[in-house]
Amino acid sequence: MSHWKVLAPGFMSSLQDRGRHAYRHLGIARSGALDWDAAWLANRLLNNARDACVLEITLQGPRLRLPAAAWIAVTGAPIQLCWRDITLPMNRPILVPAGELSLRGVGQGLRSYLAVRGGFQATTTMGSRSTDLRAGFGGIDGRTLRAGDQLPVGPQPAFRGRLPAPTRWWIGDDVDYSLHAKQIRYVPAGDPAPTLHGQRWRSSQRGNRQGLQLDGEPLPGAGASQLSEPVAPGTIQLPPDGLPIVLLADAQTVGGYQRLGHVITADLPLLAQAAPGTELVFQPVTLAEAYDAACLIRQRMVRLDLAIQSRQGPRNTS
Amino acid sequence: MSTTAHPVPDFTAPSFTALADDALLLQWGQQMDPIINARVHALVARIRRDSPAWLRDCVPAYASLAIFFDIIALGADAHHQVQTYVAGLLRDDASAAAAPTRSAVVRIPVCYHPSLAPDLETSAQALDMSVEELIERHSQADYRVAMIGFAPGFPYLSGLPENLALPRLATPRARVEAGSVAIGGNQTGIYPLAGPGGWRILGRTPLRLFDPRRQPPSLLVAGNQVRFVAISLAEFQQHKEAL
Repeated sequence: MSHWKVLAPGFMSSLQDRGRHAYRHLGIARSGALDWDAAWLANRLLNNARDACVLEITLQGPRLRLPAAAWIAVTGAPIQLCWRDITLPMNRPILVPAGELSLRGVGQGLRSYLAVRGGFQATTTMGSRSTDLRAGFGGIDGRTLRAGDQLPVGPQPAFRGRLPAPTRWWIGDDVDYSLHAKQIRYVPAGDPAPTLHGQRWRSSQRGNRQGLQLDGEPLPGAGASQLSEPVAPGTIQLPPDGLPIVLLADAQTVGGYQRLGHVITADLPLLAQAAPGTELVFQPVTLAEAYDAACLIRQRMVRLDLAIQSRQGPRNTS
Repeated sequence: MSTTAHPVPDFTAPSFTALADDALLLQWGQQMDPIINARVHALVARIRRDSPAWLRDCVPAYASLAIFFDIIALGADAHHQVQTYVAGLLRDDASAAAAPTRSAVVRIPVCYHPSLAPDLETSAQALDMSVEELIERHSQADYRVAMIGFAPGFPYLSGLPENLALPRLATPRARVEAGSVAIGGNQTGIYPLAGPGGWRILGRTPLRLFDPRRQPPSLLVAGNQVRFVAISLAEFQQHKEAL
């Protein structure tokens, strides 16, 4: 095991994997990578387990000192990635020598993912290495990165090269990270809840890993909070100000606001990348359509996996 | 959140809604009814005993229950399958669900010393009783964990004597200490972690309600019965040091 030293933490970087799935009855949030598709790709590019622990980077990335060579991959929102002064490409495996790795500003979108071969080796708590920022456990001491932190990394291949060696192939990213209108599919709660699809919304400045707040014309009928009931990532809540909130991975487990429905699992990664000001158009779908959308994503993952396996990746060169 | 004047809903016929692509929500009305809540916990116990392969989690609340499942294991009509499963349990097992087993009583030491209880005196004034009387009534009631929520391990306890109900603070405190025992409306609860909070703080327990390194991490689960045991400041400090 070696350790990567955090020289500068970036804006908000935390270790995340697939999250905790069996502890909601104890009030414990799921946590986990918000853009699951991107985290998955970063892992699979390195032949990692699909739920290995990655670094989720928001808006501005960290500066890291690598004591030895390592296989890395960066996915998600386009971010400037440099080894010393050499700019490196995204969405492919890269064997980097020891030295300083910098992730700078995110150009479009919100969140980028850095994976290392074998995954970051943070301690597993309740079946996950994810950082629970609200409760303060998991990841690195339950918080975002700070300068001076040491990120535990498993064994890496010996590498005598003096320069980073990206593969010649990559996986094309077809996600639109711009502020242009995004279609978000949701399953409406039905009467008497007001619907979201009558207007265009914008993601607000006030979002975080707990929830994405929508800006727009306040919905009528908002107000009375009700008896607290379970909520889930994807739940759309209507607080008294009439501006809906879509709950994300760090949301609490019960809530007392009116529920307007839920964003389908397939579209949660789009919300994870909706920078403040992104236009969001909500489209009502059925549960069957939500299921089909999830199947399409799994099929895409299988295709990508096959494509990655057929290339020379970390498995073959180490 | 009325506690009276509604007929008790038929427990065997909840409303079913999709909470998420991988979760079904069962609802039994909008009231804090202790009988309904006890039946929810009995149903959770029944499902956990049964432990179907697709089950990921059961999250009970006052009069509702979310069942999280593995959608890949169940396939396209997962919600319908889970609904059929639960409806079957409710039909076949109505008598068992109606008579929940009593769970063990968890005793929680609470120090009501003013140095740990910023709202004790003002609460006693608002309730028009002496501090001693407030402590006695609060510590001698039988409570039940109606649900866990708000924060990891935070128990919402039902069973607060009616004459102890207190409105939440107009402005929540930026920091409530871990272990603070508080009243909010007609409920009492315990803050497992330090953080913001708007309930009125009457005392503090030296016990750790939530510890991520412990298994299980939460001291209490929904359905537990709870008794408070009043302790002195010296006992509180001894207990703290022993932890």
